[in-house]
Amino acid sequence: MNGLERIVIENGAQRGPSSVGIGAEFMYDTIIIGAGMSGLAAGIRLAHYDQRVCVLEKHWAVGGLNSFYRQGGRSYDVGLHAMTNFTPKGTRKGPLARLLRQLRFSWDDFSLAPQIGSTIAFPGIQLDFSNDFRLFEEEAARHFPKQVDGLRSMVGELVDYNDLGLGTTSGSAREFVSQHITDPLLVEMIFCPLLFYGGARERDMEFGQFCIMFRSIFLEGFARPLAGVRLILKRLVRKFKDVGGELRLKSGVDRIETNDNGHAECVILEDGTELTAKNVLSSAGWRETMRLCRAPDEHNESPAGQLSFIETISVLDREPKTFGHDRTIVFFNDSDKFCYEKPDSLIDVRSGVICSPNNFVYDDPLGESMIRITTLANYDHWNALDERQYQLAKFAAYDQTLESAVRFTPDFRNYVIDTDMFTPTTIQRFTGHENGAVYGAPDKRYDGTTHLDNVFVCGTDQGMLGIIGSIVSGITIANRHLFTT
Amino acid sequence: MTGDDIRIAVLEILGDIAPDEDLGELKDDVSFRDQLDMDSMDFLDIVMELRKRYRVQIPEEEYQQLASMTSTVAYLVPLMKDIEK
Repeated sequence: MNGLERIVIENGAQRGPSSVGIGAEFMYDTIIIGAGMSGLAAGIRLAHYDQRVCVLEKHWAVGGLNSFYRQGGRSYDVGLHAMTNFTPKGTRKGPLARLLRQLRFSWDDFSLAPQIGSTIAFPGIQLDFSNDFRLFEEEAARHFPKQVDGLRSMVGELVDYNDLGLGTTSGSAREFVSQHITDPLLVEMIFCPLLFYGGARERDMEFGQFCIMFRSIFLEGFARPLAGVRLILKRLVRKFKDVGGELRLKSGVDRIETNDNGHAECVILEDGTELTAKNVLSSAGWRETMRLCRAPDEHNESPAGQLSFIETISVLDREPKTFGHDRTIVFFNDSDKFCYEKPDSLIDVRSGVICSPNNFVYDDPLGESMIRITTLANYDHWNALDERQYQLAKFAAYDQTLESAVRFTPDFRNYVIDTDMFTPTTIQRFTGHENGAVYGAPDKRYDGTTHLDNVFVCGTDQGMLGIIGSIVSGITIANRHLFTT
Repeated sequence: MTGDDIRIAVLEILGDIAPDEDLGELKDDVSFRDQLDMDSMDFLDIVMELRKRYRVQIPEEEYQQLASMTSTVAYLVPLMKDIEK
């Protein structure tokens, strides 16, 4: 397809390709920007109910923030270490059960294996937790006997918080927690996994985000498909195509053309192709979407996210359990205070997340042994490096990260047979998120609306987190705004 | 469609929405909410599936008629009696 494709606006067209004359002249009910978890989920909902839907993906691969690649004959996952929000088969409540019903999946379709158990490790103190919250309560009671009543009262309060993330959520999570828990060390230990797995702003979270994250990690839990994130993506793509959705890879959006009435008229791709749709749903991020709309500054004043990470991936010649490491995830921090901030240097190895994809309760062993370690990183510093400096910085960062992490795990460095690594600039490239901000902008847009009457946002900047959260985000915004009857 | 046909049609919809549920045990006079923990998003899906499959329009103020199988069938019989199975 060369040059411009003029796509006809045809209000009222509901389903079926509306070919008019020669050439490809289409009209969509909804164009979705980004084939990540949220965009694909929204696409499934809409296409299932007979909308003509097109998902546009800038890259050659789907997944966005949560993706996978092959290198040197090995498969690597990118994105989250584990799926949060895990609930066992037969559970009817919670985000996982909801998304399975909404997308018509059976629990078995995701082949989820629960975690063995995870640890929050601070100097001289470790709190273990698993997918059974009682373990965390016992651990807290053992190390912080005076705090356990406060922990219980806090859980009692956040358990009923609306899990669609559509309610009032502002307010400081640290203030909320400190009303219940008075020992600052326990507060830091609770915040450590939550911020690492979903903190879009430095040090603190919004109250609503805290509730969602606390439930997804401590009250529900971690799981992973044996085949990794790619299995979930594969299921979503297959379902989307089965219900008649159209997926266009390598189709980056250059801009969304708008008129003076606050209405988007068409989407222009980077190759000049022009597509029209009644509605546009963007998972590109808030500021990124505003830029695509060439929105006036007043709609784009909210700050960009600043928190980015590096991740080292070490392929090992033996299973972690064989050298005494059975933890699924270890969240470590080497002082009593956890500094969740954009570092002044390339990386901050004082804290981090050690994930062992092998340490889930699989029916069959994972073919490959791996340890992935994430630490905070500074996008600006990484972005300023030239190619040679960048390669050298990656080597140095890899070594520093492992040196720091093995203070909290058995030293596995002699078992490493292959490595890879990604940095904030990699994240920026694959997610499109400004500053490589994994969790997007600090201010979320829970209702999914924009200043344009037919442009909506879903995904990270709508406010839901994690794989399940992203999928629920796409479902929720599709249900709420895109089923106009 | 008769009441029995409609019951089967609704069971098919429920089976698609919740493939992990054993609907053989479903009690017709107990609410879906109590038996299957269905929430408002699920009820909306039943409404939308009925529209998609049978072109039946159900206004929002009448969603409460879909509380249980018995009430759903009773509500749908006049709306669907002229539909071919």
